[in-house]
Amino acid sequence: MSSTPPPGTSKPGLTDETFDDRISEQWYQPRIPRAVLKDLMKRSDAPGLRNFGLWLVLLIASGVVAGLTWGTWWAVPAFFVYGTIYSSSDARWHELAHGTPFKTRWLNDAFYHLSSFMTIREAYWWRWSHARHHTHTYFVERDPEIQVTRPTQVLPIVLDFLALIGGVAEIRKTIRHAFGRVDAVTEAFLPASERPKMIWSSRIYLAVIVATIALAIGLRSFLPLMFVWTPRFYGGWLHQLLGLTQHAGLGVNVKDHRLNTRTVYVNPAFRFLYLNMNYHLEHHLLPMVPFHALPRLHEAIKDQLPPAYPSLYATYREMVPALWKQRRDPAHVIERTLPDPAPGAQSNFTAQPST
Amino acid sequence: MAADTDNTTWVVACAVDDIDEEDVLRFDHEGASYAVYRLAKGFHASDGWCTHEQAHLADGFVVNGEIECPLHQGRFDIVSGKPLSPPVCVKLKTYPVRVDGRSVLIGLPAAGAIDAAKGAT
Repeated sequence: MSSTPPPGTSKPGLTDETFDDRISEQWYQPRIPRAVLKDLMKRSDAPGLRNFGLWLVLLIASGVVAGLTWGTWWAVPAFFVYGTIYSSSDARWHELAHGTPFKTRWLNDAFYHLSSFMTIREAYWWRWSHARHHTHTYFVERDPEIQVTRPTQVLPIVLDFLALIGGVAEIRKTIRHAFGRVDAVTEAFLPASERPKMIWSSRIYLAVIVATIALAIGLRSFLPLMFVWTPRFYGGWLHQLLGLTQHAGLGVNVKDHRLNTRTVYVNPAFRFLYLNMNYHLEHHLLPMVPFHALPRLHEAIKDQLPPAYPSLYATYREMVPALWKQRRDPAHVIERTLPDPAPGAQSNFTAQPST
Repeated sequence: MAADTDNTTWVVACAVDDIDEEDVLRFDHEGASYAVYRLAKGFHASDGWCTHEQAHLADGFVVNGEIECPLHQGRFDIVSGKPLSPPVCVKLKTYPVRVDGRSVLIGLPAAGAIDAAKGAT
């Protein structure tokens, strides 16, 4: 979930006279032989089934344990574990939106809709919103997914460790869309053909939640609600902890992901739950590379990138003071050091025409 | 090199061996850009630029007879150009292809055919 107010309500507070010039530039693209890239882009169901299968097993097992401990103090750590695993659905929604975890499309679509529901990101709206994020990454007023607005507002960042800003905004939006109320911002990026799908999808989300609430009332127990949607709040800490490292504090309005996106080394458990999105710079450079190949992509191009952050601690040690400074000085950015380009080096990619 | 038939100009786009199976190659001709594909059952061609945003499909990925755009991973059916998955909605224009010896030729509308089409609109 984002710490940003809903799209259309925020102003960046930044004055950038070169904005139009910058947005017409081409994105930086790394040099990588086509044969290597083809191998990295290769799709397979096996890695996706291993990761998603284990995730579902862990989710169900932790849910059973949590349910059995309901009414005792053991329920606190048990639901903490369940909620953390449940909130991994946010990383899954993201990767599935790119269509890369599975070679088989129906598997990708099925898990996409499941993950979207679980993480409270209505599937059709967010698929199109995320396309804007990749087109205009961290261009203010163009990218609808800027995590931390400037000047920095500390409270929303902190509250979003429990998804209290982003999660609540998504529920409100889902309710609005379920009743057919679509704002101008959404109409600007959502094709008319997708609008009925989004509305019906929102209605299904709402129907499931209303049924869960009815069950809770019928059983006179909050327990049913502990398994659906609320885990995205009480278990949302890990996603916010990892998600903030993607772009916060870095450059804006630059067509070089190396200046506005981070790669951070994290432990294998976090990588599993986060689907390797800690390799976020590599993901933005080449979004068609599936999650399981991102570590190999990192090895292939890391000499062209700023050094990866060695840990979450190292990232936050740099990021927190920068965000604090951006409260008063929104033009301040963390500057990344780019490696010298190899002599005569050229991108292997097709140049994009200016728009 | 180009050879004309009634309403089509056949243009040599590449050699057969220039494209691996299940891959795509960019071909530029007279200010336009195309993507030439090689699938197990033969060669195909389409416009080069994605119908959604400015990304060249020759930078994309061929999978299951589909071309995936490198920018947002929208997919088109290579044979028909039909959009298959968001965020692409608009059909991709496709062109006939034939193999002549070791050359791959794509059939582009002849100048006269283009003029006639413009006159009809």
